Amino acid sequence: MSERRTTAVLDRTGLDALVQVLRARGRTVIGPTVRDGAVVLADLATAEELPFGWGTEVEAGRYRLVPRADGAAFAHTTGPQSWKAFLHPEREKVWDADRTADGRLSVAEAPRARPSYAFLGVRPCDLRAVAIQDRVLAGGRYQDRGYRERRAGAFLIAAECTEPGATCFCVSMGSGPGADAGFDLALTELVDETGHRFHVRAGSDAGDELLAEVPHRPAEPETQAAARDAVDAARERMGRAMPPVDLRTLLGDSLEADRWDDVAARCLTCGNCTMVCPTCFCTTTEEITDLTGDHAERWQRWDSCFDLDFSYLHGGPVRASARSRYRQWLTHKLSTWYEQFGSSGCVGCGRCITWCPVGIDITEEASALHDELAARLRRHDQEGENGRKESEP
Amino acid sequence: MTDVPLPYRVTRVRPETADTVSVTLAPAGAAAVAPFVPGQFAMVYAFGVGEIPVSVSRIGHRELVHTIRAVGAVSAALCALRPGEQVGLRGPFGTGWSLGRAIGQDLLVMAGGIGLAPLRPLVAAALAAPHAYGRLNLLVGARTPDDLLYAGRLRAWTAAHGPPRCAVAVDRPSPGWWGRVGVVTTLLNGARFTPRNTTAFVCGPEVMIRAAARELVHRGLAPHRIRVSLERNMRCATGHCGHCQLGGVLLCRDGPVIGWNRAEGLLSVREM
Ligand code: SF4
Ligand code: SF4
Repeated sequence: MSERRTTAVLDRTGLDALVQVLRARGRTVIGPTVRDGAVVLADLATAEELPFGWGTEVEAGRYRLVPRADGAAFAHTTGPQSWKAFLHPEREKVWDADRTADGRLSVAEAPRARPSYAFLGVRPCDLRAVAIQDRVLAGGRYQDRGYRERRAGAFLIAAECTEPGATCFCVSMGSGPGADAGFDLALTELVDETGHRFHVRAGSDAGDELLAEVPHRPAEPETQAAARDAVDAARERMGRAMPPVDLRTLLGDSLEADRWDDVAARCLTCGNCTMVCPTCFCTTTEEITDLTGDHAERWQRWDSCFDLDFSYLHGGPVRASARSRYRQWLTHKLSTWYEQFGSSGCVGCGRCITWCPVGIDITEEASALHDELAARLRRHDQEGENGRKESEP
Repeated sequence: MTDVPLPYRVTRVRPETADTVSVTLAPAGAAAVAPFVPGQFAMVYAFGVGEIPVSVSRIGHRELVHTIRAVGAVSAALCALRPGEQVGLRGPFGTGWSLGRAIGQDLLVMAGGIGLAPLRPLVAAALAAPHAYGRLNLLVGARTPDDLLYAGRLRAWTAAHGPPRCAVAVDRPSPGWWGRVGVVTTLLNGARFTPRNTTAFVCGPEVMIRAAARELVHRGLAPHRIRVSLERNMRCATGHCGHCQLGGVLLCRDGPVIGWNRAEGLLSVREM
């Protein structure tokens, strides 16, 4: 473990070779590619399928592909999917249950496909999101077995960001635009007069070992500096930012805020934000029986805290109002997640902003809550002072 | 076994009220779940219908008793079970009442309605170790005499003047009612305990829990010595489905029993 990690430079041929080596080793390589007007994550047969020459223009409630003259592959921002679609799939069978004619019951864990994944082009915010889901689904006393198995074998190739989107705010969440841990390889794409190339750093033994099999040249200091500069420049061009306050306490102190009524009047409670969020992990269960009635299956599928059934208890939902459901979502993301799993539940990827049909913006909501709380505290102080004055003799 | 249910056989079904039965379960094969402590719960699976969390109301050597009220599809299916039929069982899950932390103290057990079910094994454990604890009080409330669980036992305890020192109250009495009338907190006046050296165990509807805990704090109990058992929707019981969140608490993992010091803030916000 003590030897220095490899840093190298790949050209497009090298990137292609990387994909081929991974595939030759039996890995399913998942990466971004253009489909139906969006950058989606899909099984890649070659690096050619990456979105070379495509960028994205995003805003609250808006997403659109734009061609790029520079031919860059990783100049787009996060799309509607995240890696949880592969590690924590939308729907998965949990068990098979059988009942014999004399009423004996047997339940067996469902056999699972065990794909060996390589993820190519994981954004730094999404790397953090994977680490968060690791803690939620495989870091506690009980582990989600399917998740653990898929995750344990996955090879992660990060792509640092040099073109942040207008809804990105990873800097204020401390998760990007550079990748510092949790990857096997990290790429920084550079397109300039020197050419189109990828600075690559290994982050694990597996990364070192794989890189050795791919044609590359050692990273010269100029390319290293250019990669660093490009990421640093991105840091200065974040589309959005969270208010620079302790969000955990802000949300904890805002449970009765008026702002919840304001956002509830706009929110459709569609749950899009929870589906696109790379850390949202909630699931519900489904029972399926076959026609004979002797075989039953338990499935789990993604659920959303915006769904009325989510909090159903004794004949009704605990969280009936839109206000309480939006509050649950935001408070969980930014505050109670710490108590539950030791970190924030938001990585600043901006997906929930981009994919909200009415353009609700998590950073704007947090700012409004902050303003409301600050105003409340000011009033409180003044009243306190007045109170003291009046009581002076 | 916590991932996949083990087959358990129904050995006995005992009606408790019009909509509530106690079901005794024993392992159908050689495999059994790990031992439960009072206050913990199991996920009970009705074949092809679904799974719900149910607390244990009696802990035998290999047998478990669950008292279940028919309120939804799964609980209705479980209430309709007959001896010999099989269900699936996962567990044990959750924090228990932690009776061991109350050694040397007076015990105040307060139940509302079906909330008595998870408290019953706690009373049994306390009775089984009479020298470990101070005075044992059991205060039970129900809407009507017909809603009372374990009525025969409660009546016998009440008549015997303890232990446990038992008192029962209903909101709406019917002819022949042998207990008191009123809400369960009114029974505190007849209980024997030294507030500064008492641990309380409370389970029932949330309004009852709030009222009882507030009254106990008012009478001088330390909030962390008031242990309450809470309920939320639950799908997995292993901390992954997100349904049982109550603020920062995951009730399947951090509960269902938590201290009032933690519960008070959570229960004071509407629609939390
Ligand atoms: S915030 Fe937007 S995406 Fe989320 S539930 Fe409301 S309307 Fe849907
Ligand atoms: S809450 Fe929004 S910005 Fe934060 S991680 Fe989820 S989708 Fe991304």
